[in-house]
Amino acid sequence: MYALPFDENRCLNCQGADCLVKCQYIEIDRDRAREEMVRIARGEDSPVLRECVTCYGCEEYCPMGNHPFYLIAEKQEALGIPPVPGPLVRRAVNLGLPFRGEPQIREINGPVLNMAAFSELTPLIQGKLFEGLPVISTDGRKMFHYFCQLMYLHYAKSSVIKERLPGVIATIMRHRPTEVICFHDECYGTYTSYCPGVGIDVPFTPVHFFEYLYNRLSELKDLIRPVGLKVVYQRPCSSRLSPGKHRFVNKIFRLIGADEVEREFVDENALCCGGTIQGQRKEGSRKRSAAIQRKNIEDMKKAGAEICVFNCPACLQTLGGMVAREGIRPVYMSDLCRLAIGETPSGWR
Amino acid sequence: MKSIYEALVGIVDGEHVSDRPEELYIYSFDLGTAQPQRPDYVVAPRTTQQVQDIVRLANREKIPVVPLGGGLSLAGLAVPLKGGILVDLKRMDSIIEVNEKGRYAVLECGVSQAQLTSYLARNHPGLTHSEPGAPPTATITGNVMIHGQGDLSQPYGFNSDLVNGLEVVLPTGEVCRFGSCAIGASWFTNHPLPDVGLFFGWCGTTGIVTRLSIRLYPAKPIRGVGQFVVENEELVPEIMEKITRTQMAEDIIAYSRAIPPFGMGLQHFTVNIAADSEKELEFKQELIWDDALGEYIRRGDGGYLGFTRGLERPQISKTSDYKKGGGFEYVGGIMPIETYPRCYRSGREISERHGIPYTVTGRCIGVGHSMMFAWTYAFNRADPETIRQAREALHETDDLVLELGGVIWKPGTYGQRLIMERLDPGTRTLMKRIKEVLDPGGIMNPGNWEGI
Amino acid sequence: MPLDTYKFHDIIHRCFRCGYCKFPTNWMDVNNCPPYARFRMEPYSCGGRLWLTRAWLNEIIDWSNHLAEILYSCTTCRNCEIKCPLGFNVDIVNMVVAARGEMVEQGKLPPAVKKFLENIDLYGNPYGNARSKRGAWMEGAPIEQYDGQEYLYYVGCTGSYDTRAQNSSKTLGILLDKAGVSFGVLGSEENCDGNEVEKLGEAGLFEVLAEDNMARFNDLGVKKIITLSPHAYNAMKNLYPRLGGNFQVFHYTQILLELIKAGKLDLSKGFNAKTAYHDPCYLGRWNGQYETPRELLETVPSLKLIEMEKNRDGALCCGGGAGNFEIDLLGGSESSPARRRVREAAALGANVLAVACPKCLIMLEDAVKSEELEDTLAVKDIVEIVAGACCT
Repeated sequence: MYALPFDENRCLNCQGADCLVKCQYIEIDRDRAREEMVRIARGEDSPVLRECVTCYGCEEYCPMGNHPFYLIAEKQEALGIPPVPGPLVRRAVNLGLPFRGEPQIREINGPVLNMAAFSELTPLIQGKLFEGLPVISTDGRKMFHYFCQLMYLHYAKSSVIKERLPGVIATIMRHRPTEVICFHDECYGTYTSYCPGVGIDVPFTPVHFFEYLYNRLSELKDLIRPVGLKVVYQRPCSSRLSPGKHRFVNKIFRLIGADEVEREFVDENALCCGGTIQGQRKEGSRKRSAAIQRKNIEDMKKAGAEICVFNCPACLQTLGGMVAREGIRPVYMSDLCRLAIGETPSGWR
Repeated sequence: MKSIYEALVGIVDGEHVSDRPEELYIYSFDLGTAQPQRPDYVVAPRTTQQVQDIVRLANREKIPVVPLGGGLSLAGLAVPLKGGILVDLKRMDSIIEVNEKGRYAVLECGVSQAQLTSYLARNHPGLTHSEPGAPPTATITGNVMIHGQGDLSQPYGFNSDLVNGLEVVLPTGEVCRFGSCAIGASWFTNHPLPDVGLFFGWCGTTGIVTRLSIRLYPAKPIRGVGQFVVENEELVPEIMEKITRTQMAEDIIAYSRAIPPFGMGLQHFTVNIAADSEKELEFKQELIWDDALGEYIRRGDGGYLGFTRGLERPQISKTSDYKKGGGFEYVGGIMPIETYPRCYRSGREISERHGIPYTVTGRCIGVGHSMMFAWTYAFNRADPETIRQAREALHETDDLVLELGGVIWKPGTYGQRLIMERLDPGTRTLMKRIKEVLDPGGIMNPGNWEGI
Repeated sequence: MPLDTYKFHDIIHRCFRCGYCKFPTNWMDVNNCPPYARFRMEPYSCGGRLWLTRAWLNEIIDWSNHLAEILYSCTTCRNCEIKCPLGFNVDIVNMVVAARGEMVEQGKLPPAVKKFLENIDLYGNPYGNARSKRGAWMEGAPIEQYDGQEYLYYVGCTGSYDTRAQNSSKTLGILLDKAGVSFGVLGSEENCDGNEVEKLGEAGLFEVLAEDNMARFNDLGVKKIITLSPHAYNAMKNLYPRLGGNFQVFHYTQILLELIKAGKLDLSKGFNAKTAYHDPCYLGRWNGQYETPRELLETVPSLKLIEMEKNRDGALCCGGGAGNFEIDLLGGSESSPARRRVREAAALGANVLAVACPKCLIMLEDAVKSEELEDTLAVKDIVEIVAGACCT
């Protein structure tokens, strides 16, 4: 079976213990941080398992190439201390089960865009940026066949991921893709970080959505008219699994003439959208989530943002209305790119 | 001597009277499982006077009169069981008055839920009414007449408790008014004159309400829905009790259903919260989710699913298309809240036995005094077997309601019989005498409460 | 015909008759389905029609002229499809059209419908007027016969024969000429576009008309078409391609807006009126063109554009669609959709009710007369408004 080969010696030899020291949600000093990680690795209980808000941040902070967050999620499951209440776990686990028949398989034999569990967002992938690109998982009734399952890290259900993911990969492979452009970067993180981490084979080349957008924009450079908007970016948790691709945010903004205003909660220091925190078991989670959201949006406002650019649909669902009420327009990155090449994105008035 | 048809044309006009097969066919149906029965005539009056004249004509001719509002009771209450004149009241759809200070609206009987919702939103955004969540064509009056509930029933009670006054055409054709309007005052209260509660719950057998005054309530600019979920149905009554105790919520509904499968076996709550300010919203949320329900979250027994701003009004219902078959019917039971776990388990069992994906819903009424528990059974209109199964399930559920100590809401004829069997003999006698006094010709919606 | 050979036999029973289809987008009343607004009896509601169709196909009720009139009273305005929340909503109008097709097949039609179709078959127009008179409207105007110009200006039956609508046709021709557009018309060579024929269920006649038109257009080398009527626009843009048609089709409002933007028309004379715009169904709900006509009106100096509450996809149909401008199953009452519509405009305080369709033009102008609103409300085609604002 698939397993996470976590090397506790790396933690013991780690000078900074950045995984927890940098954590924005747990107050801990360096020595205790190292200690707690080792305890967790040994399967012992730790307050960290109860305090973790599952923001994925430690995956990025770890300088030793370990997978601290995957470890935390596994141990939360093993010790029976899920971060969210039981009914939410059950609901989420059932949510990912396909129940409306098998998907229609079309062989592509080339690059393909996988909408995964966001079939209903196909209005976002219109226009020149996506012309000629075959798309899979466009039927909302069948989309869970393409669902990367990584969401279950928030529910301490690594076992579900390991159980279902090989089948999902097999479904994608039936389309005979060469490259799979991942609409959602959680999928990208799954195939480039989680799968290698636990030993699941990925027989296609995953491509990050923003890298694809950047390359297409470069091809369509003549069409670009600088958008000249003051933007901030809401970095999603899953981006922590592919920090190397995070630079494309900046590259795209530069290419389309978006003015990325300076703010505190950016890049490594980004704040969680709060969607996953509000329902957690830890006392005060709802208020805590609201406080994080307020802090985040205040920071956007202070920076003078006109637009908040989203990567993850879940972040947009959680924060979109809130930023809009503060006069900042929520926009998907792809829509901003479409605007830059003179197209009118759906829903843009 | 003029025929009944000609007489009806004389009362209304040629375009709003019919004895042709097309009209008789369409008006023969309830939208649920009830057997269709054709009327002899269909008439759509525009005024109270016309309603009076129709009723007088029916008395002369000894022919039944069946009043129809939105026709969405789903219990067959407006199926002309003995033929006669079907009176479609939807043309009487004027909103006569909205009184901002006194918070009430005076309406003709054909005003629909969506019409009033839209009218208030456009003209009196500070006021709202208790909307049932039925399709938008359901009428305010029809809903009140069957003791309906709405999204303000949790704090304020049944919609029939929210009536300030009535104008009724009696089965013999006279017009009566009830409430403050009866003494020539405005329609601002139903109290404190002698009580003559002769019309609600009678299934149109004691008269036709042509106008009514309904209470309105403050519409707060921030309205939305919070959601909570538990796995153990035994927890539902105590959670209802805890939320209602805060008095911070509007509508509170618990539900469980088989489709979509992720919710199967779980009990979801939707809690409507309204506020004038962010401060008020947060205060209410804190009292509900953190203080009242925090213990369930910490224990891991209950989960908060978030708060979504905006209230869908009128609600969009797709229930009828569950089986891609254009039909559903439900039994609504007015139940003690503590019966929720048994209602859920029995309902699920009945559904599964009849091969229908289960859908059960409990809406809290009056700060927890009761709930309307609905067992919904979808069917395919093109498949008689599924209709038969749904009808059987409905009858079993009618039995169940009484077994569990509840009262069948808007009972069809089957449920009416069950109730009459159990009815206190003194009450039954009184009802019989009232019916005889009011409707000596027995013309009003016969077949309902028959043999009382 | 037994139900199982009916094209929509597997979905027609799915209508619950919940009644969403009666409302406009803002839910203000149940009068946005034209036949239901007119009669306020359930058979005339969208659900009533579907249930009756099913009952007829199931041989539960017999065909009658009344049944046929109920089916033909639907103007195919598509309000029901906008409001119905269920998955089959895209086929509601198709279900009605297919039922009409069955009546055509059986030769069981209301006399007015029969006459309408016969006239088109014989004379190429629903009025029974001579084909030779089809070009008479352009007398005295600087309008040429089509002969390889950039655009074919397709006028349509109403614009060609109806004396009120002829003013729109002529005015548009004059404006196009003034703006230097290269265009020509077919005059007496023009044939009916067939949009109404198709919606009345006469698929065979529609094909004949479409093929006749397409053959003529192709022979003449037509590539681009400007239509006066949204109905012709719909037929040529959406229906002809199914039969192999391949033309660039524009409604005249699109062309006028471009001409104004390009400075080809000088509107500095302005048009001083509080103007409400009535969305024609075949421009709006059928083709999503809600903003172009409004943008066009907003370019006119002094014109104050006001919105009726029923606007865009919530607009109330004038009652003239699917041949009803001539068959007239919805007329003769203050409840007629056109009369409801002009009352709405008048109550809003509009002096002018602007239209972009010759059928709406005649329907609404008649309604203004019936409502005795001539002193306060004028119905004008947008092209007339633009021409009025245009400096000569």
